[in-house]
Amino acid sequence: MINIGEVIETNDMVEKENLDVRTITLGISLLDCIDSDLGEMRKKIFNKITSLARNLVTVGQDIERNYCIPIVNKRISVTPIALVGAAACHRPEDFVEIARTLDEAASQVGVNFIGGYSALVSKGMTAADENLIRSIPEALSETNLVCSSVNVGSTRTGIDMDAVRLMGQMVKKTAERTADSGSLGCAKLVVFCNAPDDNPFMAGAFHGVTEADAIINVGVSGPGVVKTALEKVRGESFEVLCETIKKTAFKVTRVGQLVAKEASRKLGVPFGIIDLSLAPTPAVGDSVADILCEIGLERAGAPGTTAALALLNDQVKKGGIMASSYVGGLSGAFIPVSEDQGMIDAVTDGALTLEKLEAMTCVCSVGLDMIAIPGDTSAATISGIIADEMAIGMINQKTTAVRLIPAIGKGVGDTVEFGGLLGHAPIMPVNRFSCEDFIGRTGRIPAPVHSFKN
Amino acid sequence: MDKVIITVVGKDAVGIIAKVCTYLSEVGVNVLDISQTIVSGYFNMMMIADFGKTSKSFSEVSTDLDALGEQIGVAVKCQKEEIFERMHRL
Repeated sequence: MINIGEVIETNDMVEKENLDVRTITLGISLLDCIDSDLGEMRKKIFNKITSLARNLVTVGQDIERNYCIPIVNKRISVTPIALVGAAACHRPEDFVEIARTLDEAASQVGVNFIGGYSALVSKGMTAADENLIRSIPEALSETNLVCSSVNVGSTRTGIDMDAVRLMGQMVKKTAERTADSGSLGCAKLVVFCNAPDDNPFMAGAFHGVTEADAIINVGVSGPGVVKTALEKVRGESFEVLCETIKKTAFKVTRVGQLVAKEASRKLGVPFGIIDLSLAPTPAVGDSVADILCEIGLERAGAPGTTAALALLNDQVKKGGIMASSYVGGLSGAFIPVSEDQGMIDAVTDGALTLEKLEAMTCVCSVGLDMIAIPGDTSAATISGIIADEMAIGMINQKTTAVRLIPAIGKGVGDTVEFGGLLGHAPIMPVNRFSCEDFIGRTGRIPAPVHSFKN
Repeated sequence: MDKVIITVVGKDAVGIIAKVCTYLSEVGVNVLDISQTIVSGYFNMMMIADFGKTSKSFSEVSTDLDALGEQIGVAVKCQKEEIFERMHRL
């Protein structure tokens, strides 16, 4: 039988260490809504989303009440809209109409975000893909809940540099169109390499074409729980350190698995995966950077950071995989800057640079995330940063992503405020040398060889 | 059997257990096990209770216990047992 010590431990995790379930994400296929008539298709999309997801929020609240575990977000992901809209949308403005429909549907069912305003263009762009990408700045500035992602590369196909060049421009345009809200539109836009089909986290969630009609994916969290557990083993060996992280990750993931199963049962929608990512928030004590400090670094970014992060990421996976029957999504430690108070402090103190963050993304998911850069950074430079990050993903057979915020009208030394879970970010300096001619080349970077690894 | 863990946390006082148990008996909740401890000066009590034959729903009992806790100056929490089983048992 459960004993009082175990009950206190669990409740302390929730009350004092910020344990929560970060998101229940309902993936919905929109392939059966395809129609060559835009109005008809919008109706079908709205009806499908609002009927399948009508109970999502109340089911989430029910589970919260039954177990006293906060479920921070309830979200929806849909089939990449570039595929769904290809037959009906002949101009970027047509895609914006679909974005509005998604926004209305999400708002009607009361979810926090809807993801899947996406295009998968790792080898090339169709006319519809390009139209969707060109519509992103308008779509994100005219909707509240829609999130967008574009997959521009993969280990199997290489990197579509035409899409990388275009995305640099679109990130910049999105920043300009949402300049009066701290360029917030860019916080809802991710560029991926090797994007997973079942990621429950925003802004990169979409419902891949290999998925069933509807599916429940759950993202857990718990950096604070790991940090607190590690406080008890200060100065111990790496073996003890790793065991502690594994055990904690196991416990956290088991809660996610329980919530996922319950949500799946109550909604009558099959369970997909648990995403094991350690997702921080700007709340004090909910930081991945603080875990790195607890492992033994003065600040995130100090020499040893990449090794400590590699260790953390791997142990979280090892503990989590045992705890869940199906693991997927991104599953790694997230290192966003604006959403993690420890990261923000490290940047402010000069311990953490864009280049070090890039190195860190080689050993963890997901990439250069929620990083504010000067508003006058050129589109080509943004594309260059994207290309670097995509190359890391392509060569290392892992998911990488870029979510940069060129803060219009701001420069190094300023801070940009997003509010809520998105936090605030100090503007980070960007290398000032040009990559214009590199980005100006057309075509794609070929897929890498899969042997001779070095 | 529908096992629920009820926890009571707060400053120690006369009659906390009595009041909670009286309420539970009124709504037909059977208490299977009680244990208590003091953690950093605070009274911590845990009950394992069976909600299988209760006259009210889980959320009604949970709301009632919230209110009762407020009345006697302690925090009362109702949680289905699975969350602890899942976290602490293989």
